[in-house]
Amino acid sequence: MAFNIYDFTTLTKSIHEGLSSQFSPTATLAIEWTIVGLAYLLFVALFGLFLVYAERKVCAAFQQRMGPMRVGPWGLLQTIADFIKLLMKELIMPKNADKFLYNLAPFIVIIVTFMVISVIPFAPGLATFDFDIGVFFVTAVSSVGVIGILLAGWSSNNKYSLIGAMRSGAQIVSYELSVGLSLITMIILAGTMQISGIVEGQRDMWFIFKGHVPAVIAFFVFVIAGTAETNRGPFDLAEAESELTAGFHTEYSGIKFAFFFLAEYINLFIVAAMATTVFLGGWMPLHFGDFDSFNQIMDLMPGLFWFFFKVLGVMFLMMWFKWTFPRLRVDQILNLEWKYLLPINLFNILLMAAVVLFGLHF
Amino acid sequence: MKSIIAYITEILKGIWTLLTGMKVTAKYFFTPWKHVTQQYPENRKTLKIAERFRGEVIMPHNENNEHKCTGCGICEINCPNGSIEIITKSLILEDGKKKRAIDQHIYHLGMCTFCNLCVKACPTGAIVMGQNFEHAVWDRSTLTKVLNQPGSKIMEGVKD
Ligand code: SF4
Ligand code: SF4
Repeated sequence: MAFNIYDFTTLTKSIHEGLSSQFSPTATLAIEWTIVGLAYLLFVALFGLFLVYAERKVCAAFQQRMGPMRVGPWGLLQTIADFIKLLMKELIMPKNADKFLYNLAPFIVIIVTFMVISVIPFAPGLATFDFDIGVFFVTAVSSVGVIGILLAGWSSNNKYSLIGAMRSGAQIVSYELSVGLSLITMIILAGTMQISGIVEGQRDMWFIFKGHVPAVIAFFVFVIAGTAETNRGPFDLAEAESELTAGFHTEYSGIKFAFFFLAEYINLFIVAAMATTVFLGGWMPLHFGDFDSFNQIMDLMPGLFWFFFKVLGVMFLMMWFKWTFPRLRVDQILNLEWKYLLPINLFNILLMAAVVLFGLHF
Repeated sequence: MKSIIAYITEILKGIWTLLTGMKVTAKYFFTPWKHVTQQYPENRKTLKIAERFRGEVIMPHNENNEHKCTGCGICEINCPNGSIEIITKSLILEDGKKKRAIDQHIYHLGMCTFCNLCVKACPTGAIVMGQNFEHAVWDRSTLTKVLNQPGSKIMEGVKD
C-alpha cells in the first residue's frame, strides 16, 4: 500500500528500540511518556495560537473586515503577543472564593482536553492510545470537562459566574446526548468502537459516503451538537456580556484564563477531529471502492496532511456557523436539543440500523 | 399527521433560512477585495473622504482673502455647546456710517460635536464643514482656532 511510506509506526518503533537498548524498560517508558507529553503540550500550545489567529481572520473576512494586521506581516504574530500579555497579567483571586476549587477548575478543563486529544489518530501510527472503546472514551471523558466549568462558576463567589456555569452545564449535558447518539449511529455502521478500527473501516470509502442519508444527517447533528458542547456561537450562552459578563471565567485572569481560552479552542479542534475521524475517514485519503488508480493518486498525499486538511475544513464550517447564525436564547437552545435534534437522532439511528440490516450501504 | 408535516416543514424552512444566511457570509468571505476596512496610515495618499463627512468647521476664503461672514453671531447662538465665540468690531465706512464686521470668529474644535447646526444657521453660508479629520495635537490650546484669516475682509455684496 502506497501510504505506508508516510507511516509513523517505523519512526516510533525505531525510537522505542533505540531507547530500549540504552535504558531499562521502566526508564524507557518514562522517557517515552515525557516525549509524548511534551509533544502534546507543544502541539496544543502552537495549534491553539494558530486557531485563535485563524478564527479572528476568518471572522473578520465574514464581516468584511481585515482582522489583525499590525503585529508581524498580516498580523501573524498577534496571538503570540496576546499570549505573552496574558502570561504577564496578575493572577487575581476574588475575595471569599473557594481557593482550592478555584485553582483546580482550569486544570480540570485543560486536562480533560488533553485526555481526549490523546486518542485521536493524527496519521497512521501517530496516536498515543488506541482503546477498544475509543469513541466511548471520548464521550465519557469530554463530559468530565463540564465539572471544571461548574467548579469555576461555583468557586468564584460571583453570581454571574455561577449563572454562566449553570447555563453551560445545562447546555453541555443536553447536547452530550446528541453527540453520543450521532456517534452511536456511526458505530452501527462501523461495527466497532475502536478508533483505529473505525479509520481502517473507511479504507474503501469514507463513512459519510458509505452510510449516505443517515450518515449525512448524523454528521450535521454531530457538528451542531459539537458546536454547542464547546460553548461556541451561536450557542455561546455562557458568555453574555450584557447579562453575565464573561460567564464562568469572569473572575479568572492571566494564565488561568488562558487555560480556559486554550481549552475552548482545543475543544473546537477535538470536535472537528472526531467528526473527521468518524465521518470523513480520519487520516485515510479519499478512496472510492475499486477505482485503484484514483485511490493511488489520493495516497500520494500523506495521511497527516489529509487529517489536517479535513479537520481545518470542519473547523471552517463551524466558524462559518458561528459568524453567520443569530445567537440562540437559553430556552431556544434547549428546545433545539430536546424537540428537534434528539427525535431526529433517534429516528436516524433506526434508519441507520435498517440500512445496515438490509445492506443498503455502499 | 398534520402536526408531523408541520414539524418537518418547520425544520426544512429553518434549514433553508440558515442556508440563505450562509450564502451571504460566504459571498463576503470569498470576495476579500470588497472588504470595507482600510489600512489607514498606509492609504493616506489614496484616501477618499465622503463629501458629507463632518471633520471640522471651516470658513472658506477666496483668492483675495475674502470671506462671507458678517459677524451676525447667529452661529454662536445656535451652537448647542458654546463652541463658537464671535468678536465683532465696527468699521467706519467712506460715507461716515458705522458698520459691524467680524473681528475674530473663534472656534473651539475640542468642544465641537460636529452637529452641523452652525453651518445650517449661517444666513450667508460663510462657514462649511471641512473633510480634514486628523486633529490630533500635542497641546489642547491649539484646538482653539480663529476661522477668519488675519487681514481678511468680507466679500463685496454680502449683506446681512
Ligand atoms: S458643529 Fe455644532 S457643536 Fe460644532 S461649532 Fe457648529 S453648532 Fe457648535
Ligand atoms: S459665520 Fe455666519 S452665522 Fe456666524 S457670525 Fe458669520 S455670518 Fe453670522
